[in-house]
Amino acid sequence: MAEGALRIGIDVGGTNTDAVVLDAADRVVAKAKRPTTPDVTEGLQAALDAVLADVTAWERITRVMLGTTHATNAILERRNLGRVAVLRLGAPATTAVPPLSDWPDDLRKAVSAGEVIVPGGHYVDGREIGPLDLGAIRRFLDGVRADAVAVTGVFSPASADHERAVEELVRDEYGLPVSVSHEIGSLGLLERENAAVLNAALYGVAAQVTEALVAALAERGLGARPYLAQNDGTLMTVAHAARLPVSTIGSGPANSLRGAAFLSGVRDAIVADVGGTSTDLGVLVGGFPRESAAAVEIGGVLTNFRMPDILAIALGGGTVVRSGGTGVRVGPDSVGYRIAEEALVFGGATSTVTDAAVAGGRVPANAADWRERLEAAARAARAGEAAKPAGTAPYGAGDMSETFSDTLQSALAVADAMVIDAVDRMALGRADRPLVAVGGGAFLLPAEIPGVSGVIRPEHAEVANAVGAAIALASGRVDTISPAGESRAKAIERVKEEAAARAVAAGADPARVEIVDLLEVPLSYLSEPAVRVHVKAAGPLSR
Amino acid sequence: MTIDISDIPALARGCAVLGTGGGGDVRTGSLAAIRAIQTYGPVPLIELADLPADALVVPLSGIGAPTVSHEMIHGEDEPKRIAEEIERIFGRPPAAVMSSEIGGANGVAPVAWAAQLGLPLLDADGMGRAFPEVQMVSMYVAGLPADLVIMSDIVGNIVTIRPIDGLWSERLARAVCVAAGSHALMADYVLTAAQARGAVIEGTVTRALAVGRATEGTAEPLRALAERLGAARLITGKLTDVERRTTGGFVRGTATIEGTGDDRGRTLTLELQNENLVALENGRPRAMVPDLITVVDTETAAAVQTEGLRYGQRVTVLAWPCDPLWRTPKGLETAGPRAFGYDLEYVPIEELVKGELRG
Repeated sequence: MAEGALRIGIDVGGTNTDAVVLDAADRVVAKAKRPTTPDVTEGLQAALDAVLADVTAWERITRVMLGTTHATNAILERRNLGRVAVLRLGAPATTAVPPLSDWPDDLRKAVSAGEVIVPGGHYVDGREIGPLDLGAIRRFLDGVRADAVAVTGVFSPASADHERAVEELVRDEYGLPVSVSHEIGSLGLLERENAAVLNAALYGVAAQVTEALVAALAERGLGARPYLAQNDGTLMTVAHAARLPVSTIGSGPANSLRGAAFLSGVRDAIVADVGGTSTDLGVLVGGFPRESAAAVEIGGVLTNFRMPDILAIALGGGTVVRSGGTGVRVGPDSVGYRIAEEALVFGGATSTVTDAAVAGGRVPANAADWRERLEAAARAARAGEAAKPAGTAPYGAGDMSETFSDTLQSALAVADAMVIDAVDRMALGRADRPLVAVGGGAFLLPAEIPGVSGVIRPEHAEVANAVGAAIALASGRVDTISPAGESRAKAIERVKEEAAARAVAAGADPARVEIVDLLEVPLSYLSEPAVRVHVKAAGPLSR
Repeated sequence: MTIDISDIPALARGCAVLGTGGGGDVRTGSLAAIRAIQTYGPVPLIELADLPADALVVPLSGIGAPTVSHEMIHGEDEPKRIAEEIERIFGRPPAAVMSSEIGGANGVAPVAWAAQLGLPLLDADGMGRAFPEVQMVSMYVAGLPADLVIMSDIVGNIVTIRPIDGLWSERLARAVCVAAGSHALMADYVLTAAQARGAVIEGTVTRALAVGRATEGTAEPLRALAERLGAARLITGKLTDVERRTTGGFVRGTATIEGTGDDRGRTLTLELQNENLVALENGRPRAMVPDLITVVDTETAAAVQTEGLRYGQRVTVLAWPCDPLWRTPKGLETAGPRAFGYDLEYVPIEELVKGELRG
């Protein structure tokens, strides 16, 4: 990296778009938070402009890393999605459950240009189920009008040659982009196929994101190279993202976990990202997010995407506190981004978890006056209370009387119990790791939590997600089946090489790629002993 | 009565509960069932009494490795080939399909197979739950000769085995399964309605449906499920340890649940293989196979499979009596605690949890 090089990390979240500028020594030199806009791009530009205002030497900015929700929103809103010709290689197997069987009707209508199951695919041991029927594929493609093609072969993560052959045919003869499932998902046909089809539907969205980002950089005269963040907390070049747009889904939680690791200097920890509406808990293992074992649903479609194992609880700074006949209730609703007007500390009339935390003596840094503001708000509310019928606000009797402070105190106890319970669920019985608190609401968390060795609140925690985008590595992964016998060691070496090659393809420096994860699971009922191997390689971006 | 698309989610939930932690994932089977009903129409659910004495009942099940069944899904023609082979052998077509194993994936998928064949589904199965081995079926316990197995693989091969007994049946069927790519459809014990009387466990499809429906639209799904099952609640608590080890080709494991709420201070350990087999408290059994033991999510009452058990889950362990057939000497010899390697004398759940059974 050039002397004095700067880089920008941007993370688009549900409520806010955060941006940071890091210098060559990885110090945060500028940071900003702007509201996320419905079109995403406007908020992104606002956050970018806000950090650029704090930097003079724009020519030293060499890279911009973006974690964005464009793709997620496109799927959720069924907007800008491409029409996909869905090809499965496996007939006569798998015909009992045709492609897209579990898709919501409206999404299927928006995406599918037609589906077919043709002969091809492989057995678990690598034999062909049948020869690939290229004639059948041509007949199918001749009859559909599609923007892209998704190809899924039975056992393609172990034997990819049929998918590759189809990719070549489609590119050469039809000129359409092709989404091949073995590059996208792991074993589990329907889930991998779903991810491959979503990926093909997102090519247009990927192009828009890239264009928007490249245009934003050009308009500002920035010569920086753009990257996109993916769901496992690593980066890819925009060229790679154009092939694998579905990987950009869910980059937010991964970015915040990686940012927490970086800012705290801790590689094994539980991370709590406290926002306005919810708190996301995740686990760092060796500096990377622990991945979920369960299937992940995107827009109502089940995929076998590797996502961080996140436990979200309905507890954030704007979570509403109520008191009534059955005691104090906390949430699940939140005033969300309106917290700046509605919370008591900000002169509003709604008791929130932020107010409860402030009453309990927990305030963000540089907000020592919040406690006083809360008391003032309580006095004002009490003055107005006499003139107005009780029970109109979620918390009616607004004074700093015993009842009032009792309510906030109980609410804080309820909130703490929710956090403690969630931490326990994520800790898997280990109590020796710290908890790293990040996000705008990190100050809400208690100083001590059972089940963790301590609570770390790093500097710049409120923009940990953008930091996570800025410091991310590039990665590649392979999930396949290998023989467990004598050739095992050689086979696993090959899998490692393939993962490293994929990391380099995503933008990693070939000299500094490392294997960061290796998992072997023995398989039963096979003629030859075999193992399922999962390998992930990652490395810093090449210069 | 018929089984329609709207019944499938409840049937799947019920089959998962009756799977006692095993029996495989119900999702693919549910999708296949929905697809088949869409194509061929709803499936009539009939009782044994509805069939003439010489009508042929085909017990069907998928056999193979779970990793393979999630990747190389069944083809649509497999049931048809088995039906044709039966007609060739017996000179008449089958009259009804039966689930070999109501617990788990093999409880839901037969709806798809029956729809594809245009046959009714018999309201019965061969286990009343899930078991891991081919000979652990009621027909074997009832003494029907295990002399015919028909298998169909995905490419169209049909293998008819005439084994001399149940153990050979298991051994040969497994070898064929491996050759076929670790996944096949199997008809085991093709039987007449007359033979089926007393040799199958009746009413289990209806029961799975009722069990699945029990947790719909209620504020207290756990209580509703326990009452519907007539189950004892062994413990409500938190999973604090799951240990797995592979021995002799089986995955064995132990799960520890520490009580919470009213159960604070108590600890229950579950011995697992593919299924939950023995529940122990203070070293003393509280329930054991062949009685049914299922772990459910305390909040939703959804069944948790053994491979889905994770530290920190809030769960309740329910246990309830098996079909009386499993309590006969041959039933216990086939699928009692000793058949799974536990040195325990079988004691029925009713005696172990006196007065705690609901319903």
